[in-house]
Amino acid sequence: MSSYLRPTELDKALAALAEGGKTIVAGGTDFYPARVGKPTDEDVVDVTAISGLREIEERSDHYLIGATATWTDLIRSELPDWFRSMKQAAREVGGVQIQNAGTIVGNVCNASPAADGVPSLFALDASVRLASLSGERDLPIGDFVLGNRKTARNDDEMVLGLVIPKCGEVAQSAFLKLGARKYLVISIVMVSTILETADDGTVADCRVAVGSCSEVARRLSDLEAAVRGKPANATLAELVTADHLSPLSPIGDVRGTADYRLDAALTLVRRTFAELTE
Amino acid sequence: MSISFFLNGKTVSTDAEPVRRLAHVLRDDLGFTGTKVGCDAGDCGACTVLLDGEQVCSCLVPVAQAADRSVTTVEGLATDDGRLSDLQQAFHEYGAAQCGICTPGMLMAAADLFKHNKKPTEDQILDAMGGVLCRCTGYRSIVDAVKHVVEPNDIDFSNPDAGGAMGARVLKTDGIQKVDGAELYGADQAPEDALWVRAVRSPHANASFTVGDFSELHSKWPGLVKVLTANDVPGRNGYGVYPDVNDQPAIADGEIRFKGETVVALVGDHTSVYGIRDEEVPIDYLPRPGIYGFEAALAEDAHQIHDTHPGNILAQGYVKKGEAASAMETADVVIEDSYQTGFVEHAYIEPEAGWARRIGDRLEMTVSTQAPYMDRDEVAAIMGIPNEAVRIIPTACGGGFGGKLDLGVHPLIGIAAWILDRPVRCTWNRIESMAASTKRHPSRINARYGCTKEGDLVAYELTGDFDTGAYVSWGLTVKDRVPVHATGPYFVPHVEAKTRAVFTNGTPAGAFRGFGIPQAAIAHDNLMDRMAEAIKMDPLEFRLRNAIRKGQATATGQVLDYSAGLDQCLEALRDPWQKARAAADKFNAANDGMKRRGVGVGCMWYGCGNTSLSNPSTMQIGVAADGTVTLYSGAQDIGQGTNTTMVQVAADALGVRMEDVQLVWGDTDLTEDAGKSSASRQAYVSGRAAMEAGLDLRGQILRMTNAGNDATLEFGNGRVIVRDGDNISEINLSDLPADKHEGNVMLGEATFDPPASPLDDMGQGNPYGTYGFGAQVAEVEVDTELGTVKVMHVWAAHDVGAAINPMQVEGQIHGGVAQGLGLALMEEYIPGLTENLHDYLIPTFGDVPPIDVYLIEDPEPTGPYGAKGIGEPALIPTPPAIFGAIYHATGVHMKQAPATPDRVRAALLAHKGEGK
Repeated sequence: MSSYLRPTELDKALAALAEGGKTIVAGGTDFYPARVGKPTDEDVVDVTAISGLREIEERSDHYLIGATATWTDLIRSELPDWFRSMKQAAREVGGVQIQNAGTIVGNVCNASPAADGVPSLFALDASVRLASLSGERDLPIGDFVLGNRKTARNDDEMVLGLVIPKCGEVAQSAFLKLGARKYLVISIVMVSTILETADDGTVADCRVAVGSCSEVARRLSDLEAAVRGKPANATLAELVTADHLSPLSPIGDVRGTADYRLDAALTLVRRTFAELTE
Repeated sequence: MSISFFLNGKTVSTDAEPVRRLAHVLRDDLGFTGTKVGCDAGDCGACTVLLDGEQVCSCLVPVAQAADRSVTTVEGLATDDGRLSDLQQAFHEYGAAQCGICTPGMLMAAADLFKHNKKPTEDQILDAMGGVLCRCTGYRSIVDAVKHVVEPNDIDFSNPDAGGAMGARVLKTDGIQKVDGAELYGADQAPEDALWVRAVRSPHANASFTVGDFSELHSKWPGLVKVLTANDVPGRNGYGVYPDVNDQPAIADGEIRFKGETVVALVGDHTSVYGIRDEEVPIDYLPRPGIYGFEAALAEDAHQIHDTHPGNILAQGYVKKGEAASAMETADVVIEDSYQTGFVEHAYIEPEAGWARRIGDRLEMTVSTQAPYMDRDEVAAIMGIPNEAVRIIPTACGGGFGGKLDLGVHPLIGIAAWILDRPVRCTWNRIESMAASTKRHPSRINARYGCTKEGDLVAYELTGDFDTGAYVSWGLTVKDRVPVHATGPYFVPHVEAKTRAVFTNGTPAGAFRGFGIPQAAIAHDNLMDRMAEAIKMDPLEFRLRNAIRKGQATATGQVLDYSAGLDQCLEALRDPWQKARAAADKFNAANDGMKRRGVGVGCMWYGCGNTSLSNPSTMQIGVAADGTVTLYSGAQDIGQGTNTTMVQVAADALGVRMEDVQLVWGDTDLTEDAGKSSASRQAYVSGRAAMEAGLDLRGQILRMTNAGNDATLEFGNGRVIVRDGDNISEINLSDLPADKHEGNVMLGEATFDPPASPLDDMGQGNPYGTYGFGAQVAEVEVDTELGTVKVMHVWAAHDVGAAINPMQVEGQIHGGVAQGLGLALMEEYIPGLTENLHDYLIPTFGDVPPIDVYLIEDPEPTGPYGAKGIGEPALIPTPPAIFGAIYHATGVHMKQAPATPDRVRAALLAHKGEGK
């Protein structure tokens, strides 16, 4: 017989997880679609009633996105400009119905290669805060998302939230998602770029992440290095070359061929640069 | 532990398992069936409700999370005094609900929007509602309805006077129940004690199998009542859509021919039937490699999918007029090319559902369908009982488009109810619906068109293969319809067209809006564009010059005597075409070339009714002793509106107001056979029968009272009052014996079978009573770097003979354009890979552009008041118009549908590589 626990206190959730074999449910937007036509007979820990986990708040040197904060919560939060790519991603997750229920943390934990929130979190150098009865730990997002539907979360752990280090005040970000229709679309390619311009008009910092082009979103570090110090103007987009995409290893599937994904990724990276240097 | 929440303002409690989906608890436990389930995956939005005032997919909410919160469903939208809200009223008045299955979700998404924003812009409307899919309307009427709430228009929707229904924009007779949540679809009703049946479906496309002993399964699952196998089929274990073809087993008998085929079926309580995992059921498969695509199927050593059809060829179609091969040599310009399309899924938002019960020696089936009488006869054969022993009671149909012509849940609910003598229900989930229902035939076409340098068509040659999947379904119709229509709606002196329907291990390909003609139209209209270019003629003018006109003969030698309005359609489009072409050229000249705009045109024709076959409709209209007038219509409304148009036509014929006519529809015990809702035949064929039935009744009354043709009739209070000038006469209805159909005292009845004749060996003859014609212009913007295509605008002109109800005709055109757009740009079903509505993409709110409709009315004398069909015609010209627009924008001819971004980009790169 399956069990369904919906604790209001974190400790109770962690104690249940410590028993092992539990499935964590928050917004349900990935849980149920994976169970169409199949029995839902596992032991569930529903984390949505735990108090204090839904905040998106500014802390000293970072922001914390709580485990049960939804896409809509993010869209409605007053956040600095450099969060724009996250908000853009949030607006392109499913329909408003999904944005109202689905959580950002759930998106990360589901670890789909096409997870809409993940490229921006890579670009933001986010960390994932995990908790178990034995304590808390933070993992950089790149160490947390390990592969298609694979994360570093231990069975007894739950994700408490995402730690987003603050960017420079002048940093700007952009997100582009390519799909074959307007709404409700799984991306073919996604690009999230953060650009920080120095007083002299050159690139002080640049971080670019690409999603749906490898099992896990990838940063384009060669490109990031190549543009630092360069003038942050329309010429920046011209610096992007196919070689910069070498971290990507796209597959071909019903949404597009592998070659097409690389080709489109190049265009989208250039377009985020163009958008951010306008 | 009980869970309580506030549902539409009242506290409700449920003992449901906390993990159960809120949608299911609302529907199954609390009886609020207004909330619909289309996918259980958050892909379609049909189940949208408000949770604490915010829209969510109730299929994704564990009911535990609703605890102590407020839930609003469509049943909670009406005002306190029970009237429709402004939003519901606007949906009703704008035809925003066609089949109505998405409507509750649409309304809730709009309600959410208005909670946050009283004056939304169009973009805000789209963003707020973009999470709900509609397959019928093309979304534009929904947007208009929501805009009307923001800024009301003064449109008068009062129903017309007697004699004024034909041609009026009257509201749906069944429209209110589609906006207030009361409409009942296949999954919305069944007795409390009904058992459930679920198919265990083959994971393999090509396999032999044996079943083991089920006793272990029974002992583990006491609620499992029976496992049905092929041995349990009481009658013939086979069905189809033609009287003499029944190759698809109700339950597979040792051989699997497609992935998703029914191997066995579990009957029992819900817990058991849905608790059992397929892996628990003892079935041993001996899989073979699946045969997908033409090359695999036609390979010399290919596995024979049916012993009866060597070489995996089901049948061939042929039309020959004149001497195409030799005539082609005389043409100044000859263009030849090849074209491909894939499987396309109907993606109606209502998955197949229904229930059945045995009543003595009869079987009664309440089911969502497009074809009640064909269902009746096929079910009867499976049961081994007379046709009359089966009663089909159609529910409201949440979208069909051809996919609910073939049997769906019927065999299993029928067999289980029959042998267990208990009510049994079944609802397919989305994955089952996509894996097991029919598809549009994939095609590969090679075609050659020739014309003179003056611009006159000379000859057309086509060879085409159509993948009919694992079973015949409608494969014979497709292979016949394509050669007949192969040339497109043009006069061509010499034609030779050969087609084959080929078996594969693909999902059975059946009927889907157009029966192969949309595939053929992509070919002929691409060649038309290229011939026009070769002789430096405007593509629209070239089509107009060659448009088949009255007095000319088709490829089958049928001379069109009436109602051939393609020329009028093209003339109507000339002005928008010229303006849009010029605007696109101007845009392209002024911009850097990354975004390119283009405008294309596509044309179509389509024979209304079954090809060369008798396909009569019979309609009855009765008068009861109290004076109630009732139309008995077997024409199944699948959202297209026959429940309204049949009443319009019959009311005008009889000479009464529409609201004076009651409607009994669909039920095979109560209505006569009006054929299938397919082949764009209902408005034309059943409409004619409804008109004649009304005239028949009127004639009887006039004769009884010696009144003239201009007399007015008034029914009620047990009398018919006939006023003919100053003469007033009366029929006292209680004096008449109540011995007519359904206890009526008077009955008008008529049957109409469209004039058609068989085709000879050369494909010559008159296959249809009439043809629909149309042309569309599409404007697109192509992102040349990404290969994405955005359709900006569509202008659609269709000759419908006469529009019985312009609002519904426009609705059909909008929906057809949307489906055509999907076929052109995004829709491709791949068995096993796209069995859901997030991997299989249909157009969303943001994908369907504004559509300007031009109704051309070149009357068809055999139709009701001149009307003919529009359901399928609306879709056919859209893909070629879009492909023509892509060519105009970029210089690239797309020859494979769908033109997905990767295919468009690859074509652009190849084109660039050729140095063009």
